[in-house]
Amino acid sequence: MNRIDQCFARLRDESRKALIPYITAGDPAPQYTAEFLHALVEAGADLLEVGVPFSDPMADGPVIQKACERALKQGTRLSHVFDIVREFRQEDTRTPIVLMGYLNPIERMGYDTFARECRAAGVDGVLIVDMPPEEADELSVHLNEHALHAVYLIAPTTSDERAAVIGRHGSGYLYYVSLKGVTGSASIDVEAVSRQLAHLRQFSDLPLCVGFGIRDAQSAAAVAQVADGVIVGSALVGLIADNADTPDVIATKLAGTLAGMREAMDRT
Amino acid sequence: MSRYSDLTRLPDARGRYGVHGGRFVSETLSFALEELERIYAGLKDDAEFQAAFDYDLSHYVGRPSPLYHASRWSNELGGAQIWLKREDLNHTGAHKINNTIGQALLAKKSGKPRVIAETGAGQHGVATATVCARLGLKCEIYMGAEDVERQKLNVYRMRLLGAEVHAVESGSRTLKDAMNEALRDWVTNVDDTFYIIGTVAGPHPYPAMVRDFTSVIGREARRQSLEQIGHLPDALVACVGGGSNAIGLFYPFIEDEGVAMYGVEAGGEGIESGRHAAPLAGNAPRGVLHGNRTYIMSDEGGQVLDTHSISAGLDYPGVGPEHAHWKDIGRVNYVVANDDQVLEAFREVTRIEGIMPALETAHALAHAKVLAREMTPDQHIVVNLSGRGDKDILTVARIDGIEF
Ligand SMILES: Cc1ncc(COP(=O)(O)O)c(C=O)c1O
Repeated sequence: MNRIDQCFARLRDESRKALIPYITAGDPAPQYTAEFLHALVEAGADLLEVGVPFSDPMADGPVIQKACERALKQGTRLSHVFDIVREFRQEDTRTPIVLMGYLNPIERMGYDTFARECRAAGVDGVLIVDMPPEEADELSVHLNEHALHAVYLIAPTTSDERAAVIGRHGSGYLYYVSLKGVTGSASIDVEAVSRQLAHLRQFSDLPLCVGFGIRDAQSAAAVAQVADGVIVGSALVGLIADNADTPDVIATKLAGTLAGMREAMDRT
Repeated sequence: MSRYSDLTRLPDARGRYGVHGGRFVSETLSFALEELERIYAGLKDDAEFQAAFDYDLSHYVGRPSPLYHASRWSNELGGAQIWLKREDLNHTGAHKINNTIGQALLAKKSGKPRVIAETGAGQHGVATATVCARLGLKCEIYMGAEDVERQKLNVYRMRLLGAEVHAVESGSRTLKDAMNEALRDWVTNVDDTFYIIGTVAGPHPYPAMVRDFTSVIGREARRQSLEQIGHLPDALVACVGGGSNAIGLFYPFIEDEGVAMYGVEAGGEGIESGRHAAPLAGNAPRGVLHGNRTYIMSDEGGQVLDTHSISAGLDYPGVGPEHAHWKDIGRVNYVVANDDQVLEAFREVTRIEGIMPALETAHALAHAKVLAREMTPDQHIVVNLSGRGDKDILTVARIDGIEF
């Protein structure tokens, strides 16, 4: 069974919600990423989203744009992201990893090579921001072949027709984008999200995780009450940015912030 | 039946031109694009909408634009006869206004009060600001910080027209970054905002829609050729940034097998220097950027490369998906003109014909020159004179060592 499915099955048994941190691979430099991921797991992460840096991150706000710039400046390419995952897997064979990024680096690598490399490195799923299910036929074949999940976004603007299509194509979990905007923008409206999620349940049995706009323990705990998982990105990437000159302190800071969220989520 | 008849049936239902095109966008925008596709499909063949479009083109833009025989320049070159399709004489000075008029009518129909656009040279920004002023729509323009610098006059023009201009500091600070930022704005404000894309790129239905609006150029040129030359021209030449002025001229001739076509990309300091903006002529790999699959200048790892061109309007690492398909099937020849050839053509046509072209347009003229000399005086070339050069005077002056 795919690690993502195992993870959500376990959480369901324990009546807990998934805490899913996002960081950009190679930020502030590739040699730190595996260490950060371990620290996040230690602090309570259930699943990890690892960003593949891209020169033109159209769906991201300034915080993740700058993370991409830092990572790219250090030469982090898709092939290095696989190295990072491989390094992480030497010590952790349990925590699922989802690669999140844009399609162009994958097109350049070739779909077959990409899927094979994902599998070999220990990746469990992929979320490609600019590849809606309508454009995914070709890549899906390769992902299936290598038992990788395809995670899709659902937005507040998604129609019921589209939600049904996405529900059918998605695997692992669905990523509900809590607001109209780029990553790191306004804060979340938990009540609206709660209503939307209730509505979306009719289209899929997959776990519904919520991202965009969750920046502190309080919002994480509130969203955990209505969703199956909470995704935190810009708040963590912002910490990396603030401490990019002293990378040695970053792991501890990331762990501190995430542990606070974990605690608040489990308390409620 | 021409062996190119199939080309007029593209894109397919998924917005594909062969393997290119499509709709590669984040989920938040899918709804808006489906809505746009629906609105456009409903209006495309609507007589009233077309009449409104045609009315604006004749009374506001000043169409038809002349097809002018550049006889003095042709004689000087000693080869084929060169004809200039005078899009520089349009209101606001470039071909961009044709598309902008069409999309602004759609914006009005869709009831969205706010318009955004990206711009490189500023011509599309000016055209958008102009139609927004006229229709009473709020207008915000994204422009790379480097382009804001080199196209100062157009920035001020946009502001005078009531538009807000945002200088984009991210990435290479040129057109591609302006488009990234416009897409980010659109994702955030999709409920009340219409995005007027300025070229035949972006997610479906934009490439098809912009092509349709811009094709008025080629429809006129085809008719004018038959009237003034007496038959179809032997060759068409246009510069290619995203590819809108080229598609506008080429598309109505696409089935005419006897008409050769040349799309001229920005060779910058030369293809071999790596400092250029020629994804087609430079054989860039296939990729996905800004919502469509096409040829994209990118490194081994799929990171988009910085481009270089003397002209801001051609400084873009991708190209419209239909051009990518036309390259694949060999219908159009894609070539380059380098910065120095471009400047030479700019000066030459200004001095010999009294027509000062935009630096973008001068790429087409530079290639027309090469081509004309390979042809005979009884042959005819139509060049899309896509815009006028007033906006580039400061750039050229600086090269001449003059500061104002
Ligand atoms: C006069 C002129 N010609 C050509 C272009 C290039 O665009 P396209 O390739 O879409 O025609 C521009 C863009 O700014 C322009 O201003």
